[in-house]
Amino acid sequence: MHRRQLLAYAAAASALTVAGRLFAAPAAPARFLLVFLRGGYDCANLLVPYSSSYYYESRPHIAVPRPLDADPLGALALDGDWALAPAVRESLAPLYGARQLAFIPFAGTDDVSRSHFETQDSLELGQPVAAARDFRSGFLARLAGLLTGPAPIAFTDSLPLVFRGNKDIPNISLKSVGKPAFDARQADILESMYAEHHLKAAVADGLELRQEVARAMEEEMTAANRGAITTKGFELEAARVGRLMREQYGLGFIDVGGWDTHVNEGAARGALATNLESLARGLKTLADAFGPEWKSTVVLVVSEFGRTFRENGNGGTDHGHGSVYWLLGGGIDGGRVAGTQLRVDASTLFENRDYPVLNDYRGILGGLFRSMWGLSAAQLERVFPSAAPRDLKLV
Amino acid sequence: MKSLTCVDRRQSRRLVEALAALGAAALVLLAACAQTPAKPAPAAAPVDAAWLERVTYGVDGATLASYRRLGRAEFMDLELGLRAASLPAAVQAEIDALEITHANTERLLADVNTENKRINALTDNAEKEQARKVLNDRGNLLAYEAARRHLLRAVYAPDQLREQLVWYWLNHFSVHQYKANLRWLVADYEERAIRPHVLGHFRDLVLATLRHPAMLQYLDNAQNAAGHVNENYARELMELHTLGVDAGYTQADVQALAHIMTGVGLNTGPAPNLKPEWRSLYLRDGAFEFNPARHDFSSKQLLGHTVGGRGFREVEEAVDILVHQPACARFVARGLAQYFVADSPPPALLERMARTFTATDGDLAAVMRTMLDAPEFRASLGGKFKDPMHYLVSAVRLAYEGRVIVNTHPLVNWLNALGEPLYGRQTPDGYPLGESGWASSGQVSRRFEIAKTIGSGSGGLFDPEDGSHPASGGFPQLANRVYFDAIEPRLSPTTRTALDRATSQVEWNAFLLASPEFNYR
Repeated sequence: MHRRQLLAYAAAASALTVAGRLFAAPAAPARFLLVFLRGGYDCANLLVPYSSSYYYESRPHIAVPRPLDADPLGALALDGDWALAPAVRESLAPLYGARQLAFIPFAGTDDVSRSHFETQDSLELGQPVAAARDFRSGFLARLAGLLTGPAPIAFTDSLPLVFRGNKDIPNISLKSVGKPAFDARQADILESMYAEHHLKAAVADGLELRQEVARAMEEEMTAANRGAITTKGFELEAARVGRLMREQYGLGFIDVGGWDTHVNEGAARGALATNLESLARGLKTLADAFGPEWKSTVVLVVSEFGRTFRENGNGGTDHGHGSVYWLLGGGIDGGRVAGTQLRVDASTLFENRDYPVLNDYRGILGGLFRSMWGLSAAQLERVFPSAAPRDLKLV
Repeated sequence: MKSLTCVDRRQSRRLVEALAALGAAALVLLAACAQTPAKPAPAAAPVDAAWLERVTYGVDGATLASYRRLGRAEFMDLELGLRAASLPAAVQAEIDALEITHANTERLLADVNTENKRINALTDNAEKEQARKVLNDRGNLLAYEAARRHLLRAVYAPDQLREQLVWYWLNHFSVHQYKANLRWLVADYEERAIRPHVLGHFRDLVLATLRHPAMLQYLDNAQNAAGHVNENYARELMELHTLGVDAGYTQADVQALAHIMTGVGLNTGPAPNLKPEWRSLYLRDGAFEFNPARHDFSSKQLLGHTVGGRGFREVEEAVDILVHQPACARFVARGLAQYFVADSPPPALLERMARTFTATDGDLAAVMRTMLDAPEFRASLGGKFKDPMHYLVSAVRLAYEGRVIVNTHPLVNWLNALGEPLYGRQTPDGYPLGESGWASSGQVSRRFEIAKTIGSGSGGLFDPEDGSHPASGGFPQLANRVYFDAIEPRLSPTTRTALDRATSQVEWNAFLLASPEFNYR
């Protein structure tokens, strides 16, 4: 059975449980992409808590200036407390205005190791932090096991922890996409060697995926040949992800590195701002690439942890705790800062250094998945054991 | 004419290359050769070839020759390194030329710490960035050298089983080069903590890794001190290194072990000033340090045993307790059998291996013998999917025997592309040992692309590492004597039919490297 057919079936079915498996309900958003910022991005310089004078006291060298009409480098006020970094203004302000973007501050895990690896694993596994870890069971893999509608795919070199599980989930990095290594005749010969082998499906799927990617990228090649401005880096990758997901995938994962800003991270401009700008442009491009399907797509941007609220001695920030997640989608009820919040000052910092976590990611994602696919309590328990789903009414 | 050509192509690489250059004409001959049954005299019996594929990283001519000369029992001694075997001189010369071969690790570590302090004190940001880059490049170089040495040995060492064991135990006691200063340490970790003990007693292997700065930093025990207990290493020592997650120990055991391991860390500076009664308990070996001032001397309960009041002796006692648990014997047996026998090894085999472990006080060579002599081992031949390391090393052994590769960057890059770089596993669990970790659709198609790359050129394996004088290209001759002796007789009719459909030599190479028979050992 090919993925395309599966999707067609899914689209034709209403919320219908067959043999314990759930088909996608066509009315609800049907596609989900998780974007993982590896390294712990400094969320306080993206979603600026500008009503807090303590923010400006804590960051004498790296604070993003207050929103002021006259200052092009100032933040863009979203409400009375929060403002958007100028680096992402051009790409994201229109999305926010169209209610297709929301932020969830004080979001994260209850892993307080402040270790990249530990916390990334915690997040991807989605298991209770206190329990023994099963490294063969990521939460998107568990979700994929419940859904026959949205075909899963990881846009990474190797299969990420979040997608590890029993099912064969395809993975392909779209950083650089060449012509497929094998033409149709060669692919046919390769498949023939595995015709009676138990890897038959993996071989066929893998070869087919390369072809699919190449076909989906024809548009890009044609545009490039016509002399269109060529994009680079994450923006290029994001365009490819959007196109491929639009055509045939419902559950995706991609990661973006370079966020571990211990030194010299900059303020309105600088290393972090440059990264954020590239990410934001990529997300805007992604939204465009989905075309009409953007309406039924939800994108969540996460990172393993936030960073210290105060700047360190190197014009940077160190590993912290609570983060700010971004939720994007053509059909979401965005244009707001969502979830439990508190006033940011010295007394409310977690362990006197970081944002606290008030919005546990397992609860948020559980609530999101419940709204998107109508998962039952028992099904949610399988995706996020012992986590109560929370509905932020964003989807 | 047909059979004459076949004999010639086995004996003369130059002739074969000339034929291959003729293109289609050569292909007709090649296909004809592939279809000709192998001559019985020089070919290994298929079962022997399959056995050799499993015991080594992949059959090559030297392996076949020594197997025929020595017989299976003595050949096994050679493979296990119990019989003197040295690297080819050219390979040894490459290893001798590496900085890691001569470096003093404690000095390296002290230098990197000093440099980090200096960089942190710099006020000019541009200067700081530049200094960081220089330091990073140096770390990358040292870790690359370690990978280079590992790969050269894997491809060329006569004691192939020992080399696989070095990889296996390095993976079992996995560390990640990009944490802290580990790039400066991985070469020494492999050489001193892992390699000398892979056929020794398991207890010594555990203690050697436990005393190495790489592990102490990787699992944060360097920060584990009385009053600031860090459980990370204690938990992994039981879960991943000795007992397995289902062994029945409790959170209280993890905490007890963490307290026992307080004070085990590293130091590259002068010894601390200690109270007189602690001085005799202070230990220092290179950068390894046991500091009694950071140790919790209280009485602890570990797996029903009372441990306390003795400093580092407590740690040795704890390791003794762990390695003598029945769960440890089963855990060690299961891991080795998953790597060398089957993803789900037969329980009866595991039982016998565990019994050997217990009877010999954890003698790993004895456990390996039990495994290799077992009928279950013979019955499993050809059924293990090659992980990327096995896959690439076997391809290079088949393609380039007799021509020493001078540049290991292509191999390192291919390992990266296939997701199994040396010292590159982020999580402490090590790379997966079973097929499910490597045979996803994306991984299989990526592997086929690498097969095509290897089949169609040398990929830079013979370009000098300094970038001077790139060597000439040319594709490898995979339809060589080893192929006809050891691989061709085991090909299925399906694979033969597919190979016959190749329209060029390089295409044939890619198909062979992508075939089920080449991807299983």
